Amino acid sequence: MAWFRRTKENISPETQKKDLPDGLWEKCPECGEILHKKQIESNFWTCTKCSYHFRIGADEYIRLILDEGSFKEMNKKMKSADPLGFVDTKRYSDRIEQTIKNTGLFDAVKTGTGTINKTEVAFGCMDFKFIGGSMGSVVGEKLARLADKAAKSRIPLIIVSASGGARMMEGALSLMQMAKTSARLSVLDREGIPYISIMTDPTTGGTTASYAMLGDINIAEPKALIGFAGPRVIKQTIGRDLPEGFQKSEFLLDHGFVDKVVHRKDMKHTISQLLELMT
Amino acid sequence: MAKTILEFEKPVVELEEKLAEMRKVSGNFDLTDEIKLLEDKVIKLKESIYKGLTRWQRVQLARHPERPYSLDYIYLMTQDFIELHGDRLFKDDKAVVGGFARIDDYKVMIIGQQKGRDTKSNIYRNFGMPNPEGYRKALRLMKLAEKFNRPVITLLDTPGAYPGLEAEERGQAEAIARNLLEMSQLKVPIIVVIIGEGASGGALGMGVGDRILMLENTWYSVISPESCSSILWRSWDYKEQAAEALKLTSSDLLDLKIIDRIIPEPLGGAHKNHEEAAIMLKKALTEELSQLIKIKPDKLVETRIEKFGKMGAYVE
Repeated sequence: MAWFRRTKENISPETQKKDLPDGLWEKCPECGEILHKKQIESNFWTCTKCSYHFRIGADEYIRLILDEGSFKEMNKKMKSADPLGFVDTKRYSDRIEQTIKNTGLFDAVKTGTGTINKTEVAFGCMDFKFIGGSMGSVVGEKLARLADKAAKSRIPLIIVSASGGARMMEGALSLMQMAKTSARLSVLDREGIPYISIMTDPTTGGTTASYAMLGDINIAEPKALIGFAGPRVIKQTIGRDLPEGFQKSEFLLDHGFVDKVVHRKDMKHTISQLLELMT
Repeated sequence: MAKTILEFEKPVVELEEKLAEMRKVSGNFDLTDEIKLLEDKVIKLKESIYKGLTRWQRVQLARHPERPYSLDYIYLMTQDFIELHGDRLFKDDKAVVGGFARIDDYKVMIIGQQKGRDTKSNIYRNFGMPNPEGYRKALRLMKLAEKFNRPVITLLDTPGAYPGLEAEERGQAEAIARNLLEMSQLKVPIIVVIIGEGASGGALGMGVGDRILMLENTWYSVISPESCSSILWRSWDYKEQAAEALKLTSSDLLDLKIIDRIIPEPLGGAHKNHEEAAIMLKKALTEELSQLIKIKPDKLVETRIEKFGKMGAYVE
């Protein structure tokens, strides 16, 4: 029991922390700056003050990286088949239908072709909104076909990852998508077709341990969480606190696992320049 | 070491003890008929228990501390095994063992994930959880096999790739990813066998091959039932439900068309008779080897990529 107790509601801290009105304003989780949605958008969905990169979806990345209107989506309506009849606290099939309804996405990746400063590319982009960007059969199959497209048309492949890892609700089938996608990338590798992997916040688990880490060039957005095991699991395992900046993009750059940390505003230009030099 | 007896093994063990007692006193009386009766009863009981095991019980069998591990199988079924060490980059990971060996007339490269049998050896083996150097060691040995045209056999038995700070620093994800890519293109046959626990990327990191086999009482999935329970149910108490939901046993994986074949185990599990388990594994391996060595390298690689390409379920 505390010595003093606040009885008057009007001076409780909660009343001051009220959410901002009408959803047009957002607070930067990093520096606390209050920003208008339009302001964020025109600044490549980053904070004008501290450059914090807000999490964005596949559509935003398509706008950000590809030439306007150039994206042609492939296999748009491919959906999960719930092969295990998986039930946890919810049915997986219900979860899928609900997520499709809420997000307007069919699964956690969009794939297709488009151009970057007029160079044709095969482009895949994950979306964290769809069950944490988890990789199941649909993500695996769409990315595998995308790699095939890149091989067949001999055009560079670009994959933007945003994913918590393999999707538990498809069990071992999700796991096998790691092998499936890596096997198809091995064909590109053999054929000398460039593959650029872009890792955004977060890229972890089976996604990192397959296609995300296999780029000829690995690029990361600033301060993205990138790793195999999640920080909580590691902390539990080793029984001590993790160092500042552990598993962040800059940490991976320092340890030699990404080539470059690139601000979102420079992403298109950097990719374009790389492709120019590589092809 | 004290014998480990799983809950569902207890009735069998009790009967077996009774049988042993009877045999001891049978010098004084003629108990032949009674013994025969009891022996039949033990077999029937075993058959009924082991046929009806739940998925969680299979997971427990897969983790049985007396199960044969990679080196046990290697010593029991190969000759002239020469263990090779190190990834040539950082160090020698003790959770991964491997080297050249002979299985009947086949000269092979055999690589396994290795658990320890007691606390001391488990610490030495890091409980069978490889660090990045383990995957890189395995890859070095596979490349060596490719260079000298020897088939590769990998034995998988891991509770997972090690989730440690240094493992992340040295690129656990990159090491696994690299193996998936390189194993896809390896120009010699690869046979993968799950001999115990096949936990997620930690197992798959050495698990791309032309034939994927599973011993009867093993599991292979994207996550352990415990971790699945903690994430999806937000509690550690739903591991049995999680095991059911994940469909992670050998017969599940055969149904899902992920594996090619189930290798039977001695009645009661591989821990009941290491020698017999090794004979069964060896038989399966030599049968598969005799087929695979006939296939040309390019065809082998192409078929392997297609094989994994077919895995998955979706609607268009």
